[in-house]
Amino acid sequence: MGYLTPSTKLTPPRWDLLSKHEEAERARAAQENIREPYVTNNRSAVWVGDRIASAIENPTPLWWYIATAISAAVASLAGLGILYLILTGVGVWGENNSANWAWDITNFVFWIGIGHAGTMIAAVLYLTRQRWATGINRAAEAMTVFAVMCAGVYPAVHVGRVWFAWYLAPIPNANGIWPNFRSPLLWDVFAVSTYLSVSIMFWYVGLIPDLAAMRDRVKNKILKYLYAVLCLGWRASARQWVNYEFCYLMLAGIATLLVISTCTVVSSDFSTSVVPGWHGTIFLPYFGVGAIYGGFCMLITLLVPLRELYKFQDLITLRHIDLCCRFVLLMALLITYIYLMEFFVAYTGGSPNERFTFYRDRIFGPYSYTWVCMLIFNSVIPMLFWSKRVRRNPWMAFGVIIFPSIGMWLERFVIIVSSVHRDYLPSSWGMFYPTYVDILTFVGTFGIFFLCYLLFIRFFPMIAIAEIRGVLPEANPHDPPAVERNGALAKEEAHHA
Amino acid sequence: MPEVITPLASSVDSGVVPKKLYGIGAEFAGPKEIFAAAEKVRDKGFKNWDCYTPYYVHGIDAAMGQRKSLVNLFTFAGGLGGLTGAFLLMVISSVYVYPIDTQGKPYFSLPGFVPIMDLLMILISAIMSIVGMVALNGMPRLHHPLWEWDAFTRATHDKFFIVIESFDPRFSEKAAIDLLRELGGANLTYIGETE
Repeated sequence: MGYLTPSTKLTPPRWDLLSKHEEAERARAAQENIREPYVTNNRSAVWVGDRIASAIENPTPLWWYIATAISAAVASLAGLGILYLILTGVGVWGENNSANWAWDITNFVFWIGIGHAGTMIAAVLYLTRQRWATGINRAAEAMTVFAVMCAGVYPAVHVGRVWFAWYLAPIPNANGIWPNFRSPLLWDVFAVSTYLSVSIMFWYVGLIPDLAAMRDRVKNKILKYLYAVLCLGWRASARQWVNYEFCYLMLAGIATLLVISTCTVVSSDFSTSVVPGWHGTIFLPYFGVGAIYGGFCMLITLLVPLRELYKFQDLITLRHIDLCCRFVLLMALLITYIYLMEFFVAYTGGSPNERFTFYRDRIFGPYSYTWVCMLIFNSVIPMLFWSKRVRRNPWMAFGVIIFPSIGMWLERFVIIVSSVHRDYLPSSWGMFYPTYVDILTFVGTFGIFFLCYLLFIRFFPMIAIAEIRGVLPEANPHDPPAVERNGALAKEEAHHA
Repeated sequence: MPEVITPLASSVDSGVVPKKLYGIGAEFAGPKEIFAAAEKVRDKGFKNWDCYTPYYVHGIDAAMGQRKSLVNLFTFAGGLGGLTGAFLLMVISSVYVYPIDTQGKPYFSLPGFVPIMDLLMILISAIMSIVGMVALNGMPRLHHPLWEWDAFTRATHDKFFIVIESFDPRFSEKAAIDLLRELGGANLTYIGETE
C-alpha cells in the first residue's frame, strides 16, 4: 500500500479501441513498408540507441574542441559589443533619426525566424503524422531554443538603459505606472518570452525518455546523476508512455498555435505602424513563411555536417535532406509570391509613398543591391532544388542553402532599413551604416548559437532515440514478417523501374 | 545474532523472497511478445501491473486495457486559467488601477488585449500539460523499487518487462509467477522494497 503510482488506478479494458486500432495499425504497416525506410540499412533499435549515444559516450573528438574554442571566442565578441553598448549607450550602433530601427531588429527577426522553424518542424510535422521527422526534430528543437536565445539578446539591450528593461514586465514600474498593454512592442515581450519558455518545455519533454536512456547507460558518475535528476525518474512504463505521448501531442498543438501567434505579434510590430513598406496585412504570412524558410536553411546547415561527423547517415538519411530541401523549395516559391504581392498591393493601394518605397527606393534606391541580392538568393538560386540530384547530394544542398540563409537576413534588412530610411518627409531621409559594434554583436550571436549547439550535441542525445525506435518496422507489434515486407518493396521497385 | 540482509531483487528460482514484496517482474524479447503478453495479463483481470518498454509500443495502452490519458484536462484548465488571468491582469491594470490615455483609445480596448490573452493562454496551458503529465506519471522520483533490479536498466535500451505488483487485488506470488512463465517471460524476479 501507499504507492501513488499510476498503476494504482483501476481501468476497465477498452475492447472496441483495440480492434479498431489493430486494424488501422495493420493497414499502416502495409502502407509504410513500400516507402523508403525512416532508418536505412535495416538498423535495429539497439543499434539506433548505441549510435546516437556514441556521440556522448565516445571520447570528445578533436574537432569539437576546436569548434567550441572558435565559437566561444566569437561569442565573446557579442559579449564585448553588448557590454560596450550598455556602458556607453545605443549611440554606438549605427541607428540614427532616419533609420531608428536597423541591424538590431534585422538580427532579432532573423534569429527568431530560425527559431520558428524548429518548432514548426517538430510540432507541425508531428501533428500531421510525418513520421520521418523523428530523425530531425530534436536537432530542430535545440536550434529553436538557441536561436531564440540569440534573438532575445537584441530586444533586451536595444532599450538602451537595460537596467530599466523591467519596465516591460507586467508589474507597476518605479513610478507606479503599469505598462501599456495595447502596444505591439509589449505584445512582443510576451510573445518572445512565451516562445522561449514553450520551446524549452517542448524540447525538454521530448528529451525525458532519452535522458533516462542515458542515465541507464553512462558510466560517468556525475553525468549519470545529472541525467537521473533531469529525467525526473522516468521508468519507461506503458502507463507513463501513454500520458507522455498525450502530453507531447498537447504541446505540439500548443506550439503550433504559438508559432502563428508569435509570427503575428512580431509582424504586428511593423504592420501596425504607418511606415510605407511596413503597413501591410501581408506581414503575418510573410513572416511565417520567411521564418520557416530561414529555419529549414539553418537546419540543413547543421544536419549535413553533423551526419558526416557522427556517422549518422542511416538516421538522418538522404530522404531527410531531400524532404528538407523540398520544404525550402516550397517556401522559396511562397516567398517569391509574397515579394510580388507586396509590389502588387503597393501599386493597387494607391498610396504615392508606398509606391515610391517599392517602385523607386527598393529597386533603384541606395539599398537596391540588398534587394537584388535578396531576390537572387531567395527566389532564384533555391530553384536548383527542383533537381533531385541536388536535393539528394547533401554537400550540394549545403552549398545551395547558404544563399537563402544570407538572403533571408537581407530580406529582413530590406524590410526594415530600406523601408524606414526614406518615409514621408524627404527632409528626414537618411542612410544607415553599421558600426563595428553592430557587426561584432551580430557575428558574436553566431558564436553564442554554435557554442550552445556544440555543448548540446556533446551532452544530450541530438536525435530522439525513443522516437526513432518507435518508427522502426520492428517496433510495430503488428508488423508483417520480413519476407512479406521485402516482397512489397520489390514490387514497388519493379513498378517504378 | 547477525541479521540476514535479503537482497531487494532476487531471482524467483533462488527462492529468496524480499521482506516486503513490490512485485514480480519478467523479461520479454520484443514488442510483439510483450503486446501478446499484455493482452493475456489484462484478460486475467489484473489491475496493478505495468509494461516497461524502451519506446512507446503503439496500441499497448489498449492491449493493457488503459483508459485515455487525462493530460488534456490539465491543458484545458491551464489554457482557461491563462486566458482569464491575462484578461484580468490587463483590465484591472489598464482600466482601474492606472488608466493611460494612449492615442485616445478606450481604456477597455479588448482587441488590443487579445494577443497577450492568447499568449498567456498558450504559456499556462503548456506549463499545466507538463505538470499534469509529471503528476499523472508519479514523477519526479529519485528512487523506485524497480531500480533495485539490475536487469531493469535495460528497459530503456533493448528489453521489455512486465511487472505485476503485489498490491493488486488478485495478486498471489504463485499465480503471478505461473502466469508470467506461461506467457514466455524470462528472468523472473522478486522485486522488493525497503520498509
